[in-house]
Amino acid sequence: MVSEITTTRVTFKVFRFNMETDYLPYYKTYEMDVTSEEVVLDILNRIKWEFDGSFSYRRSCRHGICGACAIKVNGKGVLACKERINDLIAMFGTELRFDPLSEKRAIKDMIIDKKDFWVKHEQVNPYLDSHIEEHPDMECAVTPAQAEALLDADYCIQCGLCHYSCPVIEINEEYIGPAAFAKAYRFNADVRDDGIDHRIDIINAPGAGVWDCVKCYECTQVCPKEVDPFEKITKLHNQVFEHGRALNNVATRHAVGFAHSIKKHGLLDEGELVRYSEGNLGVMKHVPVAIKMFTKGKIVLPWNMPKSENLDEIQKLVKSSSTAKF
Amino acid sequence: MKQLEYALFTGCTAKESTPEQLMSTYAVANKLGIKIVELVEASCCGASHLQDYDDFLSLVLNARNIAYAEKRGMTMITICNTCQINTAMTKHRLDHDAALKARVNEKLAEVGLEYKGTSEIKHFLYALIDDFGLDQIQSMVSVPLSQFNIAPFYGCHNIRPSELQHESNGGENPYNPRSLDDLIAALGGKSVDYEEKNKCCGFHAELQAPHTAAMLTGKALMGAMDQNADWMVTPCPLCHLKLDTQYAHASKAVGRDVKMPVLHMQQMVGLALGCSKEELGLKHHVSEVNFI
Ligand code: SF4
Ligand code: SF4
Ligand code: FES
Repeated sequence: MVSEITTTRVTFKVFRFNMETDYLPYYKTYEMDVTSEEVVLDILNRIKWEFDGSFSYRRSCRHGICGACAIKVNGKGVLACKERINDLIAMFGTELRFDPLSEKRAIKDMIIDKKDFWVKHEQVNPYLDSHIEEHPDMECAVTPAQAEALLDADYCIQCGLCHYSCPVIEINEEYIGPAAFAKAYRFNADVRDDGIDHRIDIINAPGAGVWDCVKCYECTQVCPKEVDPFEKITKLHNQVFEHGRALNNVATRHAVGFAHSIKKHGLLDEGELVRYSEGNLGVMKHVPVAIKMFTKGKIVLPWNMPKSENLDEIQKLVKSSSTAKF
Repeated sequence: MKQLEYALFTGCTAKESTPEQLMSTYAVANKLGIKIVELVEASCCGASHLQDYDDFLSLVLNARNIAYAEKRGMTMITICNTCQINTAMTKHRLDHDAALKARVNEKLAEVGLEYKGTSEIKHFLYALIDDFGLDQIQSMVSVPLSQFNIAPFYGCHNIRPSELQHESNGGENPYNPRSLDDLIAALGGKSVDYEEKNKCCGFHAELQAPHTAAMLTGKALMGAMDQNADWMVTPCPLCHLKLDTQYAHASKAVGRDVKMPVLHMQQMVGLALGCSKEELGLKHHVSEVNFI
């Protein structure tokens, strides 16, 4: 059944900027009747064709596969060629704001300089690291189960939506970011690849690597291909330990510290976790805040540490179910 | 209405650094006539960090916690966004993967438990809104919060990823969440709209990436301040710890003095229902609650 086509009057506030002539970006407003059949890309086209021929944006496949058309609408990252205007109206109302993926990287209107995205991509060795026989006797078959181990990481179209929705990318220039992490996982999980240890060392680096992720799930939420970069980041964390390449630093101890605490109390000993993670010297920098917290009754002293009931069960399970070593 | 009953997974912070959160949970439940049974056997959920070290152990421990709610035949409520996502994610993974569920249950059998998948898991915020009802809460307000501009801070793990939050929990739209705004309105307050309300507070990288974490906290506080908020409210004790206790680092990172009172969602409801400030533990805040 074909549903009826409806029309809605919508106000579009659109980010405009020309790096070569404008000192600062500004917003221009366009009003138009939009039908329920239109996607964001239709509106970008109409702005260019009906209002201003100089309006610039990227698109190529208009089929959700080239990754060129990614922009933000009211802060939500979208592929312009896939996102229906009606869904956006349902979400935000009839005033919609179009922004480039990253304002500080804007070149012209919706077009940004994606250089940092590609530099990060390059950084994780995004290729099969393998000695391939030039004249093999038989094909190098990958079983369906082995292919499934990639967990759809190979579906990435490099649109940059996750990268430019990641809050850490905005703050820490070194951070490799969700798309490149998903790519690192894609090759680490490939049975034909021999470069896993090297790739693990890259994504394990303090500052740049997976440990700086704030676990906000913005990447997983925004990805139009359901790559779920956050899941891959967790897998990379696991590989760091599985391959015995964990560094002994605050980040790794912070993860491992939970196991110690649970074994002892069932619950987390917050103070001890900070001490164990930071070390006896490093913990000193937390003292000023800790004193304030103590005066407000927010610190439990070691001898008052609460414990889970049936702690013996927890201890038994920690013993029998542990799969990692540090 | 039949009396609502829940199995409460308190999480660790409620027993340690945010005692006011547990106190106010009980204060609100008592006022509303909601019965709460505490899951005293529960362990830490691993706070989204244990899984980085040992994913399987994290699953087993979370499945054990859920099993205790199931044994009581009750819906589990959480009062921490991260407890919520870890527990609900465990449920999601076990319910969708029979082999994994069998492996986990093999371990649980060693201590005479079984994960079945029969208990729902939701944050107390959504139990209040979806089960108890906003209208019902509104009708019980005795001290409307009408003189306050209140900035809601949602916290990542209650709103993303959508797929999980729709399956269990509030089913919030992560790009335009409504629950706290609606709750504020029902209590007579004015909710403040600001850019950072659905963004990250930085808590989970505080030790290993202090600058990133402080920037995110600072931006959130700044966003709320710039929209004239009198105070902030959050359903997550981890966001609360960040916003309430870390203003010195946050101010340094963003180059501006950012500090304001931050209430737990339960404390806000409690205030409007006429609970005393002792019952709500308001003295346990580092950024003093100076408006009561
Ligand atoms: S979960 Fe991690 S990688 Fe993904 S957007 Fe958040 S900080 Fe970035
Ligand atoms: S992981 Fe998803 S959001 Fe990120 S670049 Fe690839 S397709 Fe785009
Ligand atoms: S135009 Fe290719 S993905 Fe949208």
